[in-house]
Amino acid sequence: MTINSSAVNELAKNNVREIDRSGDAPTHHQGVGRTTSAKNERGTTEKQAKIEVKDLNFYYGKFHALKNVNIKIPASEVTAFIGPSGCGKSTLLRTMNRIYELYPEQRSEGQILLDGDNILDRRQDLNLLRAKVGMVFQKPTPFPMSVYDNVAFGVKLYERLSRSEMDDRVEWSLRKAALWDEVKDKLHQGGTRLSGGQQQRLCIARGIAVKPEVLLLDEPASALDPISTLKIEELIHELKGDYTIVIVTHNMQQASRVSDYTAFMYLGELIEFDETTTIFTNPANKQTEDYITGRYG
Amino acid sequence: MDAKQDSHTHHISGQFNKDLIELKKHLLVMGGMVEKQLASAMEALVSGNSALAQEVRDNDKEVDGMELVIDEEAIRVIARRQPTASDLRLVISVLKMVADVERIGDEAKKIAKLSIALTEEGQPPLGTMEVRHIANHVTAMLRDALDAFARFDTEQALAVIKEDNTVDNEYRSATRSLVTYMMEDPRSISRCLNMMWILRALERIGDHSENLAEHVIFMVKGRNVRHVPLAETEKLMETGKTS
Repeated sequence: MTINSSAVNELAKNNVREIDRSGDAPTHHQGVGRTTSAKNERGTTEKQAKIEVKDLNFYYGKFHALKNVNIKIPASEVTAFIGPSGCGKSTLLRTMNRIYELYPEQRSEGQILLDGDNILDRRQDLNLLRAKVGMVFQKPTPFPMSVYDNVAFGVKLYERLSRSEMDDRVEWSLRKAALWDEVKDKLHQGGTRLSGGQQQRLCIARGIAVKPEVLLLDEPASALDPISTLKIEELIHELKGDYTIVIVTHNMQQASRVSDYTAFMYLGELIEFDETTTIFTNPANKQTEDYITGRYG
Repeated sequence: MDAKQDSHTHHISGQFNKDLIELKKHLLVMGGMVEKQLASAMEALVSGNSALAQEVRDNDKEVDGMELVIDEEAIRVIARRQPTASDLRLVISVLKMVADVERIGDEAKKIAKLSIALTEEGQPPLGTMEVRHIANHVTAMLRDALDAFARFDTEQALAVIKEDNTVDNEYRSATRSLVTYMMEDPRSISRCLNMMWILRALERIGDHSENLAEHVIFMVKGRNVRHVPLAETEKLMETGKTS
């Protein structure tokens, strides 16, 4: 018997144990997130929550865009929001660092707890919040300055670093964003001269340079070619141990590839929230099933 | 969410609907071929018709060819459509069921081959009663498993799974009576052994039909009931019901 086959045997033994265990529980999904059976509790997982959204309602003027959304975003995991256009997934993402407040007619009601503190509270310091909760947008938005300054820009607002510390931080961020090797010789060239995929990774580097706790990604790869997309997805995998990541995407295959949990939204409501594997193999809700399988509901 | 019989026809993409319907249809066609193979093999055995038995052996190539076609179709759907949820479960179940159906075809071929050997011996075979009894049973199991697949009927699939226990018991008692024949008259050993192989082939067909039924439950409910005691399966089916 070779080493390989004994390894397979070991695996088989473990699997038998798994099956034994599944005999006790009524469901065979042993994961943490099987919550949809309890309808009133949808949007919860047993994982420790980094962000807890409670009874959130959101209005664009008179338009009611989010309706009583309750969801617990697990810490150090990737959570994806999927749903058709206009379902409120981007809106929900944008409430998590209050970026919507740039527009006067938009308002929210309810609570969003970041580590237990309500960030929708009027007393919340917005700059501090956005240092903790970084965001990357659909289109790359490099500042019209050098690659180095793009990354250092945010850091300078929050921290006083010596020149060498700043160099280290910039390199660290660019390495994390899988961009270092491509730009290390042109750190002082304009950031806007990079390719689209590089610009987007530059924005991610800028986002993580201030060491946020949460990273919000709004369609980060929708304008990129497949290779750049895969690099960004790889990066998301890489980052998830240190950050809580929330990603909005229209690309369902992308959601299924990168996320641990998936929330399906429809017409401003959170329809189903569960482990990604469950959502994509055996969703509990018909609307979810119709959407991810490409049926007309 | 439970999959429904017609749920593979509501995609926005008409081509995707067509692909899935074809896949399902082809498995049923192959199932029908194998049912016919089994019936012919049994008829050849009972009537001592070696020509018919030879026909069964030749036709197995068509069954094998069908397996390759279905495999290819399933792989194409996965590669081109990245099916999810109930669609994914349909494609995966078909991929697994096709292997069981092909094995049932092989067992039918084996029965045909053994029936030729028995006919050539010239003397009337022993244990024909038992064999026919079990054959009727597994034929019904196979038919019901395929029906359950066609109709996405988990109740019927569960009935097939239950039925396999009966077949296993009958197999044991038939084996015992053949052992008795052999002890009474050692000259019958060669004939009895051939019958024993046939019994074994039929029992295996029962097992493969049970597998088919288990895949049907997975396909509809998204729950694995393989390698689980029957009582657990029944419990799973009840608690697994979603609105």
